[in-house]
Amino acid sequence: MAAVLDVQNLTMDFGGLRAVNDVSLSVQEGQIVSLIGPNGAGKTTFFNCVTGVYNPTRGAIHICPPGKKQQKINGMKPNRITERGLGRTFQNIRLFQNMTVLENVMIGRHSRLNAGILGAILRGPSTKKEEYQVKEDSYRILEKIGLTVFANELAKNLPYGAQRRLEIARALATDPFLLLLDEPAAGMNPQETQDLIRLILTLRDTEQLTVFLIEHDMSLVMSLSENIFVVDYGSLIAQGSPDEIKQNQRVIKAYLGEVVDA
Amino acid sequence: MKPLNKDLFNMKRLKVSLAMAFWLSVVTFPIMVIKINTINDTVIWRWGNLALIVILGLFGSYIWNYALDRMKERKGESNRLKETLSGLYQRLRSNPKVKKPVLAAVVLVIAAFPFITSMYSTSILTTALIYVVLGLGLNIIIGLGGLLHLGYAAFFAVGAYTYALLYQYFQIDFWIALPLGGLFAFLFGLLVGIPVLRLRGDYLAIVTLAFGEILRIILNNWGPVTGGPDGISRIPRPSFFGIDLKLQGSINLTYYIMVLMVVITIIVVRRLEDSRIGRALEAMKEDEVAAEAMGIDIMKSKLTAFALGSMWAGFAGVVMAAKTTKVTPDSFGLMESVIVLCIVVLGGMGSIPGILLGAFIFKIVMEYFRVFAMYRMLIFGAVLVIMMVFKPDGLIPKIRRKYTVEKEGA
Ligand SMILES: Nc1ncnc2c1ncn2[C@@H]1O[C@H](COP(=O)(O)OP(=O)(O)O)[C@@H](O)[C@H]1O
Ligand SMILES: [Mg+2]
Repeated sequence: MAAVLDVQNLTMDFGGLRAVNDVSLSVQEGQIVSLIGPNGAGKTTFFNCVTGVYNPTRGAIHICPPGKKQQKINGMKPNRITERGLGRTFQNIRLFQNMTVLENVMIGRHSRLNAGILGAILRGPSTKKEEYQVKEDSYRILEKIGLTVFANELAKNLPYGAQRRLEIARALATDPFLLLLDEPAAGMNPQETQDLIRLILTLRDTEQLTVFLIEHDMSLVMSLSENIFVVDYGSLIAQGSPDEIKQNQRVIKAYLGEVVDA
Repeated sequence: MKPLNKDLFNMKRLKVSLAMAFWLSVVTFPIMVIKINTINDTVIWRWGNLALIVILGLFGSYIWNYALDRMKERKGESNRLKETLSGLYQRLRSNPKVKKPVLAAVVLVIAAFPFITSMYSTSILTTALIYVVLGLGLNIIIGLGGLLHLGYAAFFAVGAYTYALLYQYFQIDFWIALPLGGLFAFLFGLLVGIPVLRLRGDYLAIVTLAFGEILRIILNNWGPVTGGPDGISRIPRPSFFGIDLKLQGSINLTYYIMVLMVVITIIVVRRLEDSRIGRALEAMKEDEVAAEAMGIDIMKSKLTAFALGSMWAGFAGVVMAAKTTKVTPDSFGLMESVIVLCIVVLGGMGSIPGILLGAFIFKIVMEYFRVFAMYRMLIFGAVLVIMMVFKPDGLIPKIRRKYTVEKEGA
């Protein structure tokens, strides 16, 4: 079986800065995997390459939606990649601040709806049905994430933890098979983090999602991940199960900043 | 004792105002006070003007600062009067016993307007309605799509010249020119949009402004086809199944055409807002990167907003040409674009009632106060600054729609 995500020799340069350096990794269907590394290691840049925000300097990114053929996605625009089933959240929350929570989720459904300009203006039965359906579907997603109390609240008025959850809800609305979460627990208190762990597990189990997350909260990473990738200065320095990673000398050095060969 | 900011008298404010008055008198001194009589080479000192400026500056600045302080104090505090009023409005609106008669009365007044007032008033109201359509069209581009467009008058011109030229060269009737004007403006929007919409914010504003001017200059200089600065005249008013309507009748017909067009525009804009396309435009305005990650094609959405908004300018342009029976390039200059932009900003971006009100205020005030024509720009500028400071959301701010979903098992 092909990996749902397969990255080969990915390199991303910003001018003279090599943010991602020759990274190869693959993610299997149904896994929860993590990408960790110190700040500035290139984790977000890696996600941005995979989701089409940046066009990688070198390398190949292939996805394989369950039950479909493998396809190459680098160079595609982000919206095309979303259509193919990659959903993502942002490290620096990027909600549609002045729209309501429900509307934020409804926008996530965009690529799964059909109404065009004429459909919107004429508002025939199929458009009406679709509009009804998108409201219902979005509301169900809010129920799943536990945000229904805020449904008609503006996104900017939400507490921080709820904003992070809304990012997930919105990504889920795009019907992804692979969910990329960039620091989903950042700024959450321990209780919220526990809820998040449960949520991610539920999503994997009930929605058959594969989850790829970037996180600094080691308790979350260690308790959730089946496989962990560690990057430092743009290069992949280790991968393995949580236990293997805990023992890995290079990882410890990268995190504690010890001088190599001291 | 620390004086409260909201007190009418405040020493600090007085000092600031004195400083402002002094500054103003220094700045205006050379033009307002000194006057040189070139014939007998004498200087006249108009001290009276100086006194006037000091007094105006002092009071103006004091009131301005007082209003600013009041606004700061009131921020966060809820406005009782406003809440009661909007609550009352909501209740009346949802009450069918009130809603129906009011609606009927409004429809009746609109329908009977040409017969209860003069031809002059009807004509002015028609112009105002044309500007309502322009405002609503520009609102699709700015209010929904968040694209700052300063060349909107060019698309108005496309509509007007479509009818003028088609009539002049092919004797095409108004009713055929009307959809064609919209279509051409739409296509022109696509054509201009494809290169221009790669730019953002200020850059987009400047390039659209330039495009508007380019079109005007072309119309001005392509004399053999467009008639140059003189434009095209003797364009027929709208026809009505070949019946000869006389002047009065045609003016009334134009009015009814515009009423109908406004109604259609409002319906279209409302449906658009409340649809997949409208939501995508709004999301794009909020955050392009996130919108793209949600599967929205940014370029396509921008083009949609741009071309669709332009189309309404095209329709309005055809009616404008038929109404005035004459088109000249100078009726479609930067000034016109700015007026439409002012209507949208003054009324309230994204708010349909706001834009209606904005268009009426602008056009009607401008018509009836023609004596002040010289000071128009000055007044526009002042009004806009005051609005931006005190009511940035416009006269009637947009109200967010709320979706209701039936809860399962509730
Ligand atoms: N758009 C960009 N242009 C230039 N440099 C960038 C850009 N995005 C990220 N970088 C640089 O790439 C490096 C990796 O950043 P990032 O991927 O955000 O790190 P992480 O998410 O691991 O903390 C940093 O040095 C950052 O400054
Ligand atoms: Mg990051």
